[in-house]
Amino acid sequence: MRKLDADRSAGSIAIEGLIKRFGMVHAVDGVSLDIRAGEFLALLGPSGSGKTTILMSIAGFEYPDEGRILLGGEDITWLPPNRRNLGMVFQRYTLFPHMSVLENIAFPLKMRGVGRAEREERARAALRTVRLDQMGERSPAQLSGGQQQRVAIARAIVYRPRVLLMDEPLSALDKNLREEMQIEIKHLQREIGVTVVFVTHDQTEALTMADRVAVLDHGRLQQLGAPRDLYEAPQTEFVAGFIGETNFWPGIAASAAGAGEAVGVRLEGGGVMPAVAASQLAEGGRVRLALRPERLRILPEGEGVPARVTEAIYAGNATTLMLEAAGGQVLRLRIPAGAGLPEASAGETVTLGWQAADARAFAVAP
Amino acid sequence: MSRRPSRFLLGGRRFSPAASLALAAPFLLLLLVVFILPLATLLHESLFVPAPTLDNYAHALEEPVYLRVMLRTLRIAFLVTLLALVLAWPLAWVMSRSRGIGLALLGAAVLLPLWTSVLVRTYAWMVLLQRNGVVNQILARLGMVDQPVRLLYTEGAVVLAMAHVLLPFMVLPIYSALKGIPEDYPRAAQMLGASPWATFREVIWPLCLPGVTSGCLMVFLLALGFFVTPALIGGPQQMMIATLVSQQVRELLNWPFAGALVGILLAFVLVLVLLFRRAVRLDRFVGQA
Repeated sequence: MRKLDADRSAGSIAIEGLIKRFGMVHAVDGVSLDIRAGEFLALLGPSGSGKTTILMSIAGFEYPDEGRILLGGEDITWLPPNRRNLGMVFQRYTLFPHMSVLENIAFPLKMRGVGRAEREERARAALRTVRLDQMGERSPAQLSGGQQQRVAIARAIVYRPRVLLMDEPLSALDKNLREEMQIEIKHLQREIGVTVVFVTHDQTEALTMADRVAVLDHGRLQQLGAPRDLYEAPQTEFVAGFIGETNFWPGIAASAAGAGEAVGVRLEGGGVMPAVAASQLAEGGRVRLALRPERLRILPEGEGVPARVTEAIYAGNATTLMLEAAGGQVLRLRIPAGAGLPEASAGETVTLGWQAADARAFAVAP
Repeated sequence: MSRRPSRFLLGGRRFSPAASLALAAPFLLLLLVVFILPLATLLHESLFVPAPTLDNYAHALEEPVYLRVMLRTLRIAFLVTLLALVLAWPLAWVMSRSRGIGLALLGAAVLLPLWTSVLVRTYAWMVLLQRNGVVNQILARLGMVDQPVRLLYTEGAVVLAMAHVLLPFMVLPIYSALKGIPEDYPRAAQMLGASPWATFREVIWPLCLPGVTSGCLMVFLLALGFFVTPALIGGPQQMMIATLVSQQVRELLNWPFAGALVGILLAFVLVLVLLFRRAVRLDRFVGQA
């Protein structure tokens, strides 16, 4: 399939100050996003975070109360869906049951007035792209869930849209197939260079597939960044808690610090431990320390936080320790297998430590 | 669409043939005594009384008067079906996209005719359409007519009133079929570049066609044998076959000839049902699309 590099900016999307209310509820509350042409962007958030409403606004099934949506610089906010020339893959395979697989894929071409012969040729080519060459004459009901979703993708790219919207397209598939499809979709996206906006509530899926992830909560954009940034340097407590596993430990900032600066945190029921301020911190201000289970270490001796192991759960590739520190603080600690790290068993008392960069301190609103 | 249960399924439990028969027996007995036996007697009379003959049938099909009644019956039934379809489809569409109180109100509006007697509804139409009835009064007040228009005892009135009476039988199967189309289908079609009209033509219409066929067949068959409404709203010029049968039986006491007319109607209906037997699906009427 031809790359879409003729006009690189054609597939860019700009969302400006988007607001959508349903009654009293702000489904989307002032979201602005710049999506680059050819980028794979995931909209990630729990249900009710507004991710689907944003996607539906791009698609044209929802009209925002305020704000604009630009496609390649052109305002499409009020354009009906059928004139936006976008591709979309739905959560449930929406193949038309009264058409064969090939007719389904040829449908958008038919709507664009492409002649019968060219329609069939291009539909067959799209079917090859998703590796279902032999399935053209079947009816959708005769295909498995994964095959149906691949046909839906072929149908959405056969007319070479600049942007492909995906609304949790893999959530109906079982785990193994889902992982396989994640990689397949990623490859396909690179191959044809289409911009993808991918809605998911599955953080692993978002981190695996996307170039950048927009994390949403309660209709607001929490953080926009590369998967690594989100995981290593979450900017809000919500992102720290939503992406991956996190222990939160309350404490007091020992000194004032700007965002990104080192700061000591006096833990509840413990000593002062090193951390990095995620936001502006005032001296003596209450903070919550975010600690990833796999970044916690058991120290042989020396300075650290004492904690008692209440349970050790062996899971093959790692062992998870349930810990209770002073003041009743409960923590999870993960020790990867085979790295030769010190382990511990239930009932033991251990000393915990971590590197300053692995502990992020979030200011708690007074 | 899910597979239909192969046998009698109630509460997830299948009955043995004997139990099924026992449960259905009272109804089957009633059907036999009050429907099949009288019908068989009537058909028997048309063919074998006083001696085996096809004269009654030949008479019905050769006499222009009777042939005209039959053709008129077909035409009126066809027009009623067409009108009911035009009225029912948009209504069924709105219903399939409504919820809660809206759906309840629309549903009640559709079913209301089924809850009131045919006679009452027909008289209501007479009140509306008669010489100094509501419609004529409105037309006069608007200055659109100088003197009352003849509305009652016209074929148009018969078609309109029958379409109204039979509307639920058209709405329900279409509603059921439309309800079975996931909202994502029309959305997908629009994303793929289909205009609202193309979405209807290429996706909605083909997918609701089984319901449409089912409704049309039901209304057409019911209209063929309709008695009360055409008898009251139509004049002698609008006589349909059921009225003719009634006349033969009650006024002329010509049972064999009435039997022949019934036989012709029955044969016609059976042929239609066989032709469209895949569309006659009762589950569409109990809401299992």
